[in-house]
Amino acid sequence: MTGDALLLAVGMSVAAGLVGCFAVMRRMALAGDALSHVALPGIGVALALHIHPIFGAAAMLFFGALLVWALEERARVATETIIGVVFSAALAGGSMMTSGEDLIEALFGGAGILSWPEIAFGLAAAAAVVVFVFTQRNRLIVMLVSPDVARTAGVNVRLLNLLYLQTFALTTALGLRYLGVLLMGALIIIPPATAKRLAGSLSAMLITAVAVAVFATVTGSYLAAWLHRETGPLIVSVAAACFLLSLLRR
Amino acid sequence: MEQILEVSHLSVRFAKVAVLRDLSFRVARGTSLAILGPNAAGKTVLFRALIGAIPFEGGVQWAPGTRIGYVPQKLDLERDIPVTGLDFLRARAALARKSDAILSQTLGLVGVPREAAEQPIGTLSGGQFQRLLVAFALVGNPNVLLLDEPTAGVDEAGQERLNELVRRLQMEQGLTVLFISHELSVVYQYADNVLCLSPERVCIGPPKAVLTPDLLRELYGTPIGYHVHDR
Repeated sequence: MTGDALLLAVGMSVAAGLVGCFAVMRRMALAGDALSHVALPGIGVALALHIHPIFGAAAMLFFGALLVWALEERARVATETIIGVVFSAALAGGSMMTSGEDLIEALFGGAGILSWPEIAFGLAAAAAVVVFVFTQRNRLIVMLVSPDVARTAGVNVRLLNLLYLQTFALTTALGLRYLGVLLMGALIIIPPATAKRLAGSLSAMLITAVAVAVFATVTGSYLAAWLHRETGPLIVSVAAACFLLSLLRR
Repeated sequence: MEQILEVSHLSVRFAKVAVLRDLSFRVARGTSLAILGPNAAGKTVLFRALIGAIPFEGGVQWAPGTRIGYVPQKLDLERDIPVTGLDFLRARAALARKSDAILSQTLGLVGVPREAAEQPIGTLSGGQFQRLLVAFALVGNPNVLLLDEPTAGVDEAGQERLNELVRRLQMEQGLTVLFISHELSVVYQYADNVLCLSPERVCIGPPKAVLTPDLLRELYGTPIGYHVHDR
């Protein structure tokens, strides 16, 4: 792994750990995982237009997050059903638009050679996610406990919700290189789920989630290079092993 | 007396069901209004409309400079959520640009020990969590408190303490209090006015004038016995 790749992987993991803590506590793990699937048609269109896939994926994720945000205003059962239908259809459509090596890499991630636009986008996006979580942390905590109470504390709940979902989508876009559209949702969910079992306070959960995500990404990437496998499945396997170990703690 | 809240022709519908219909009332600054009514009369819906959490028709006008502290009835929280009571209160203090020094004082006011506040909020008892919500509301230095059955799940001593605390804040700081309660003795003891909500009728006025045995029977569909305590 080159220095650039390592830096990008660590940035992506930090963002995933931070954003995922609030996703797990808000019980939106499944919606978040489905959201990552919507990136695939964007990758297909970008490849057809000969532009960098990350930009096509980011654009589709932006609209996917807008859709989740709009649906969250409605009844919960209908939202889950629509998310299930729309995002599975996006995965199916995207699979038809992409083929061969490109499809495998889009689905499960791959090492490859990093381009400058990718590095610049990745580092800027990771920094934006970290800044968002730390500046909005207090608002996110209050909204997590009760959106109604948050309103009376001066929090613009609808706007914060939209910004959070867009931050989630941006984090998903960040991880597509290493984990692909099928597995990036897992890196956002598994390390925070592990941290939730181990931590006794919010700060401890944030720190533990970031540590597990970075450990899983770096270890998984080196294992992938050593075993000549795709990076995504190994990163998620390491994260899942950490979660299983956390179950040992009562 | 200066009005802090004016509600005019307020209606709330969910799908095609009207929960509140053409409701109008005013609340004077520094007074306390109890909201009384059977289940499903729309009491909590009224509070949610007053804080702008749900769409409604009609007008809700708070006086300029109003700071609301809201204590909801109950919250659906996961038990293993690793956010402590202090995390929650610190977040409120930060949003209100206050130092953490106010937290110990507020916890003392509502009677929550610091060791309990250091526990994850999902592990607190119903009564302790309810007191924590009151502390959260107070950290924001409100001039209006909306309390949705604030003593539900709180032991008797805790209920007395919370009721007296609210009464004291009202006397010392001129707080306006709107509270939902099913306990007639509390309504008589602490409310200047009472708003009765039921699908059939709405009435407002001082408890002794409004809460007649006939009206209570009409509200709850059964004779209600009560004993009036003097303040």
